[in-house]
Amino acid sequence: MADNTNLTTSQRNILKFDPKDHEIALSTEDLHVFYGKTEGISEGDLQFERYKISALIGPSGSGKSTYLRSLNRMNDRIATVKGKIMYRGLDINSNDIDVYEMRRHIGMVFQRPNPFAKSIYENIAFALRQRGMNKKQDLDEIVERSLRQAAMWDQVKDDLNKSALALSGGQQQRLCIARAIAIKPDILLLDEPASALDPVSTSQIEDTLLELKQNYTIIIVTHNMQQASRISDYTAFFNLGKVLEYAETGDIFTNPKVDLTNDYISGNFG
Amino acid sequence: MDKIRASLLKKSIASKIERRGKIISLTCLALIILVVFLIFYFVASRGLATFFQNHINFWQFLSGTQWNPGTNGTNGQPAVGALPMIVGSFLITIFSALVATPFAIGTAVFMTEISPRRGAQILRPVTELLVGIPSVVYGFIGLQVVVPFVRNTFGGSGYGILSGTFVLFVMILPTVTSMSADALNAVPRYYREASLALGATRWQTIYKVVLRAAIPGMLTAIVFGMARAFGEALAVQMVIGNATLLPHSLVSPASTLTSILTMGIGNTVMGSLQNNALWSLAMILLLMSLVFNMVIRYIGRKGKLNNER
Repeated sequence: MADNTNLTTSQRNILKFDPKDHEIALSTEDLHVFYGKTEGISEGDLQFERYKISALIGPSGSGKSTYLRSLNRMNDRIATVKGKIMYRGLDINSNDIDVYEMRRHIGMVFQRPNPFAKSIYENIAFALRQRGMNKKQDLDEIVERSLRQAAMWDQVKDDLNKSALALSGGQQQRLCIARAIAIKPDILLLDEPASALDPVSTSQIEDTLLELKQNYTIIIVTHNMQQASRISDYTAFFNLGKVLEYAETGDIFTNPKVDLTNDYISGNFG
Repeated sequence: MDKIRASLLKKSIASKIERRGKIISLTCLALIILVVFLIFYFVASRGLATFFQNHINFWQFLSGTQWNPGTNGTNGQPAVGALPMIVGSFLITIFSALVATPFAIGTAVFMTEISPRRGAQILRPVTELLVGIPSVVYGFIGLQVVVPFVRNTFGGSGYGILSGTFVLFVMILPTVTSMSADALNAVPRYYREASLALGATRWQTIYKVVLRAAIPGMLTAIVFGMARAFGEALAVQMVIGNATLLPHSLVSPASTLTSILTMGIGNTVMGSLQNNALWSLAMILLLMSLVFNMVIRYIGRKGKLNNER
C-alpha cells in the first residue's frame, strides 16, 4: 500500500522555477486544508507557469481536487484553508481579497458538466450580465468568441436559444469551458473535466485545452495519466495529501525521481 | 433430470407468497379508490340535489348574494346565493398566500442558502412544530389577539377578512416555508458552484440561479398553501364574523364556504333544501381542491420538463 507518512522532504522532488526565465502565474506556499480537524492537504507548495498546462495527478483521495478547489477558494465554506496562494504578488487566500472578483480571474470547470437550465446563449451571457453588461451587440460578440474558442461554434450557432441541457455530455462540458472563458479569466482550473466523457469527446476537450493554452494558464486535475502526458507541460504527483513530485511532464513519466511516483505511473497502485 | 423439470414446473412457496402480497396491496389500493369515489359520489349526489330536486338555478346559486335557505329572497326564489362565501373564500386564500409567500421564501432561503446549519437545527423543527398546532388554537389566538388588534387599529368589529388573513397567514406559513426549502434543497449543488466559479456573488447566485431553478417547486408550495387556506374551517370561522354578506371592506364581517358549512351542517334536516344547499357548498369546495391539485400536478410536470435534458 502506498504510505508516505515516513517520507522525509529529501524524498520529495518539487520543481522550483527560476523567476528570470519563467513567469509564474500562480503559486502556493505552505498550503494546508482542514476538513474540521482532519487534514486534507498538508504541504502543497507548487508554482504554475504562465501559458502552460500543469496537470495534477494522483490516486483517489490524494487531495488533488481539494488543492485545486482551494486555488480559487471554492473550498471557503467547506474547509479551512491555511497558507498562502500568491497571484500577481497578492495572497488571495487572505480575508481582504474580494473573492467574487478574484474568481473572475481564476475560473473553474468542474468534473460533471454543470450548465444552467437556460439556453446555450444565456449560459454564457449569465456571468456577463451579472457584471452589468447588457448590450446585445457586445453579448453576441462574446458568446460567439467564447464558443469559437471552445471549438463548438459551428455545431451550435443555429441553436443558441435551445436549452443547454439538450446538448450531449461532451458539448455540455465544452459549453462550460466557453462559459468560463467568456469573462476572460487569467487562469483556468479544470477538475477532471473529461472523466465523465467518452474518448471522442475527451480528445476534443484536450484539443480545446491545447488551443486555449496560448491565452490561458491552465491547471488540470486528472486521474487519466495518458491525458496528463498528452497535454500537460508540468505534472504534479499527489499522494495522501502531499505533493511528492512536481516536474516537467516528460521527466515525470520517463524518469521519476520518487519511488512512489514510479509505482503510480507504472500502475503498481492507485 | 426429470426431478429438475418437475421442480421447475411446480409452483413454489415463494411465488405463492408473492401472489398473496400482490393481492393484499391491490386490495388496499382498490379500497382507497373506492372510498374516494364514494365521497365524490355522495357529495355530488347531495350537492346536485339542490339543482335537480329543489330546482334552484345553478347560475343563481353561484351569483346570488342572499343566503338564507329557509326563506325566500327578494325575487321570490329560495335565498341560496353562495357568492358571498365564494368571494370570501377566494379573497382570504389569495390574501393569505400573498402575505405568506415573501416571508416563506425569505425563511426558506435563510434555511437552505444562508445558514443551513441553523436552518436544520432550529428553524426546521420550529416550522414543523407550527404545522402541528391544532387549528382551534390558532383560531382562539386569532379571536383573543388578532381580532381586538384589528378592531383597535383598523376599526370595525375586528371580525372579517383581514383577521382571517392574519390567522391563515400564520397557519400556511410553515407549510409553504418547508416546501419551498425542499424545493431549494433540490436545486443541484453544482448550479451554485457553477455560478460562484464564474465570479457571481452569493446574492446573485441565490437570486439568478437557485431561486430560478426552484420556481416550479416553490409555485407548488404556494398552491399547496392556498389549498390549505381554502379548506381551513375552524380557525377562520372563529375570526371572520360569519355574516353571509358580500364583503365591502376587509374589516367587515364576512364568511367563507367552510365557515358556513361548519356553522350550519348540524342545524339542518337531512334532505331539506337547507341541507342540500350546504352540500352544494361542500361540492364547490371539493371541486376547488381538485382544481388546486391539478394545478400542482401541472406545475410539477412542467418543472420536470424544464430541468431534464
